[in-house]
Formats: sequence, structure tokens, C-alpha cells
Amino acid sequence: MNQQKILLISALIATGISPALAESPQGPGLGSNVTPEEIAQWDISVFPDGEGLPEGEGTVKEGEVLYQQQCMVCHGENGLGATADQLAGAQMSLDSEYPEQTIGSYWPYATTVFDVIRRSMPMTNPGSLSNEQTYAVTAYLLFLNNLISKDDKMDATSLPKVKMPNEDGFINIYEEEK
Amino acid sequence: MAGADSRELKLEENQVAGNGLLDRRLFLKKGLQFGAITTLASTSSLAASESATPAKVEPDKLPWMHTPGKPFSIYGSPSSFEDNVVRYPSPNELVAGNGVSWTPLHLMEGSIIPNGLHYERHHNGVPQIDPKKHRLLIHGLVKKDLSFSIDDLLRYPMQSKICFIECGGNSNAGWNKQPAQAEAGYFNGMVSGSEWTGVPLSVLLDEVGLRKKAKWIIAEGADAFAMQMSIPIEKALDDAFLALYQNGERIRPENGYPLRLIVPGWEGVLNVKWLRRLKVTNRPVMARNETSKYTELQPSGKARMFTFLIEAKSLITSPSAHMLLKTPGLYQLTGLAWSGRGKISQVDVSADGGKTWAEAELQEPVLDRALTRFRLPWHWDGSPAVLLSRAVDETGYVQPDRNTLVKERGRKGFFHYNAITRWNVDTDGFVSHVYKKDESAKDTSDISIDSDWD
Repeated sequence: MNQQKILLISALIATGISPALAESPQGPGLGSNVTPEEIAQWDISVFPDGEGLPEGEGTVKEGEVLYQQQCMVCHGENGLGATADQLAGAQMSLDSEYPEQTIGSYWPYATTVFDVIRRSMPMTNPGSLSNEQTYAVTAYLLFLNNLISKDDKMDATSLPKVKMPNEDGFINIYEEEK
Repeated sequence: MAGADSRELKLEENQVAGNGLLDRRLFLKKGLQFGAITTLASTSSLAASESATPAKVEPDKLPWMHTPGKPFSIYGSPSSFEDNVVRYPSPNELVAGNGVSWTPLHLMEGSIIPNGLHYERHHNGVPQIDPKKHRLLIHGLVKKDLSFSIDDLLRYPMQSKICFIECGGNSNAGWNKQPAQAEAGYFNGMVSGSEWTGVPLSVLLDEVGLRKKAKWIIAEGADAFAMQMSIPIEKALDDAFLALYQNGERIRPENGYPLRLIVPGWEGVLNVKWLRRLKVTNRPVMARNETSKYTELQPSGKARMFTFLIEAKSLITSPSAHMLLKTPGLYQLTGLAWSGRGKISQVDVSADGGKTWAEAELQEPVLDRALTRFRLPWHWDGSPAVLLSRAVDETGYVQPDRNTLVKERGRKGFFHYNAITRWNVDTDGFVSHVYKKDESAKDTSDISIDSDWD
């Protein structure tokens, strides 16, 4: 270490600033301010408590039609799976030799269904479903898993209230090993 | 040839473990010569195996010495004679951009993976992003929501780190009842190592100003899946960074151009590509890829969640499955080891199925959470051998054998398989993938699970 650097560090210690802190790089502050309206256009994350869910609603019956038109080609009839994941109709339990991990048997939160459909589905044209259509497909999938009844509709209030059977089926390894 | 050379070495004096493992310091001996290994792999490498019988060279008739060579190129590419060294894509049947491509680790040396061979995992294809139309938004539990252009970020102080990225689903065929019979890289090559350069995330978080309740960051990509993952704030502040460059050039589209989040030592899916948004929150979002996927179902029916860390692992890349040792003699065992906890401190190698072990030579420099190359000379006497490698990292963590891992986790977890891989060498010199006898199931009814990449 050269003498100049030693002097600098001594000065920093004298002023109470640790060398480690002083050495962490400072940014030039080039970010632009963003308005809440702009953020709303970007933010599509939906949380288990319903934060992020948009207005609108959709029924199981509407969802059934949409599912058959846009989802069934990959996910199979009644969500039983094809080239893409099985989403419903689990017969074998999670602790069996051939467990079936479906929305009803495995997914811990119903809101995740809405979130992933809106951002990612259908794979050939993601983002093409309206919020109402997304609620409808979500409702149909929850119905296929016997989590809601055929006459139900889903919206920002009802969806987070759907109790998922496997909500407590996960061990938070990060917390455990921290 | 190889045999004569190894006799000169006085094998018995140099043997350090059973079945012909030799002292790693022998690498310093002048004139050490290794036997030829042929890759029996598919495609065009058959030509390479023929060339194991040396072609006749007529020095005065080599065309490349009598005609001008090709002109300069604006961007180089590998020799046409190396056209078998390629990634192996494994896409979804109906959605061509959903799936993975494997790095051909078995055909490579060193510890840096060239950008064109870095493994890929995409959920819905590779977006062709115009950097002028790309922004990074940081918002949520911050004092000031901010948006950054790529030009902005290029003006920030940068850092470089050589580190590995491994997909949480790498080597998942290891959970199958029957050992996979593909080339080593084509079922273990969802790990790659690069030098990544970019802006420390802590610098940007300092600029937006974290609020007290900030505990998680949700990172989201600008691909057609808009993939999002939740990351604890401690990691974001510790060593995560926003990479703009990979191995000296701007990151390629398939690896996240123009911006990729790097979380050293944590599973690949968290290293979000095409990064467009960071939302600071007090809880995880419970995304599809941290609930229904990238969680590991255990025999109890409960599933491990938020298993971010990549535990220590190693793999002998040569000789490995589908290779052929031409004659008994001296060979160079080589492979890669890595750990998400830090540096690799030791790699042990066995040639007798794990009865005895010898310490391999680690290629310097050994870096924190980076691919680490190991090598060890081995004399193959022509009798059956089972080759294993076992990594130990600086925290003392020891790579488990398959029995231990399966006993602890069952076989339905799909992710985070890091057990020891066993290569069997038969008396013909043919190398195949095996499990320990008591690891193999008696029935063969289990269907392969290694294509489940939705």
C-alpha cells in the first residue's frame, strides 16, 4: 500500500468512515423519475393477498370456452396434460410413488394462476387475453380442480379467498438455513 | 506408446489410490504422454474417431501452405473441423423456444465457457430486444422510483466476476431409476462459467433508497414469458449485480441481452435474463416458478421451497460416457467442480468405485463460486474401472453420493441433483454411466423425467 493510500485511510478512520464503506462505488444518479401511472403500466405482479389484481371478473363457463380454444392444445382436455403440464385431475397423492403435481394438488396460491396466465399465456400470443378473460380461465382451472363451483366467478375479491389445499405443503429452506 | 511411457514412470511408486490413480504431482514430470480417447458421440464426430489413426502428412503438399488463406473476419467462428462441439437443444414439442440447451462439457477444457456454448434455459424463446427500447424500472418499497436506460447503466461504475451459473434442474436425470446414457454434458451441462461485468445492484438500490420494510426484490424479464422471481434483499445487497457484458462482449440475446441479473452461487432461474423490472417488496410474490416449479417434492409429500443455493458438485468430463479408451495405458482424468458456497477446496477422485480416493490437482486460480478444473493422471491396466469425483468446498461441505441424496430427498424433487457421477470403464475401454449396484432399481418401469421442462 502506498503512503498516499495509508494517509487517506487514516483520514477516513479519523472521520469515522470505514474504508470498506468508502470503497463501495457510488452511482452517478442517472435514473429518471417515474410516475405512479407509468409504474401501473409496468407492474403486473400479483401477490397471494390479491395485491396487483386488476378490476374485472370472469366466470367458469366463459373460461371453459376460452380454455378449449386457447389452452387445450397443450394442456389437454380437462387440464389433464399433454405437451404441457397437467393442471387438474390429480389422482395420485404427493407422497405416493407417482405424485401428480397439479394446481389443485400442489400450487399453494390461487393468485399465481391469474398471474402466470396474464403474463405468459397462451405461449403463442402472451398478453392477448383481457383481464376478464384471464379471470375466466383462472376460474375454469380452479373449477376443474374442484376448488370452486360451476356457477362461480372470479374477481379481485374472490380469487385471493380461494383456499388451496397444499398451501402449507412447503418448507422454506432459505429461512431454515439462514 | 502410452503403455511404454507409463512403465517408465514406475507405476507402483507413483500410485496414490487403487486401480491406477497416480500422484497429481506427476503433471510436473517432463514428457508425460496420455493415451488417446475417442468420442463415440453421435453426429459428425465419427470422422474424428477415424482420425485417431494418424493421417499421412505430406509436408510439401499441404494446400493451406500453397494457397492464400481466407481474409480477415469481422467476427471469428470455430474451425469447421470442430463442428461437433455444439449445444444440444431439448425444446418443447409445440413451443420451440421453451426448453433447454446443454453445454458440451465433455468436449471442452479449461473453466470458461465460450459465449456461443453457454447453456440456455428459455421459457418462451429468445427475445430480440432493441436496447434503445429497453428500460430497467426499480420501484416498490423505495424512496424514489427510478427508470434506467441501457445507456444510463453503461455509465455506472462496473465490476467483473468470474462465476458459474447452474440451472436448478441440471443433472435432473440423476433422479431416474436407470442411469442416463447420454454424453456427460448432455445431461449435466446446464452449468457454464463466464466472466460477467456490470453494475453492483447495491449501487442502484442506494440510489432509489430502500424503505425499512424492504425484504425481497422481485426481478422480471422482458421475454414473452415475462418470467419473474423473488430474491431476498440480503442477497441483492450483498453481491448481486446487473451484467451488461459476458466474457468481454455485450451479453448475447440467449443469455439476457441487454441486461441480466447475476446472483453468484444461486440457481440459474434467479439470474433473470432480459431484466426489465425490480420491485422491492416485504414478501415474495409466489410466482409460478417459485411455487409450482423450482420447488422439490420430498417423499413426505412436503416440498422444499426457496432452495436458492447451489451445493458443491463435480463431474469427470473426460473420460466420460460414450468415450472409448483405445488401449491400456496412461490417461488424464479431468473434470469440473463448483460450489455456490464459495471456493472449491478439494476434489477427490476414485478409479475403483469409491473404495480408495486420491486428491486431484486443481487448476489455479481457484475462484469463489466459479467452475474449477481438476486433473489427475491415471494408469488404466485394461481391467474394469469405475471413475468418480467428489468435490469439497471451503465450508467443508462434501458432495454426496447418490444413495445419500436419494435417501434424504427421494426421487421426485427434480431440482438440485448434485450427487457423485459414476463412469464405468469396461475391458474394451468403453465408458458408460452407472449407479452403484444398490442404487439401481430392479424394475425398469420408471419413465424418464428429464424432459419435463415446461
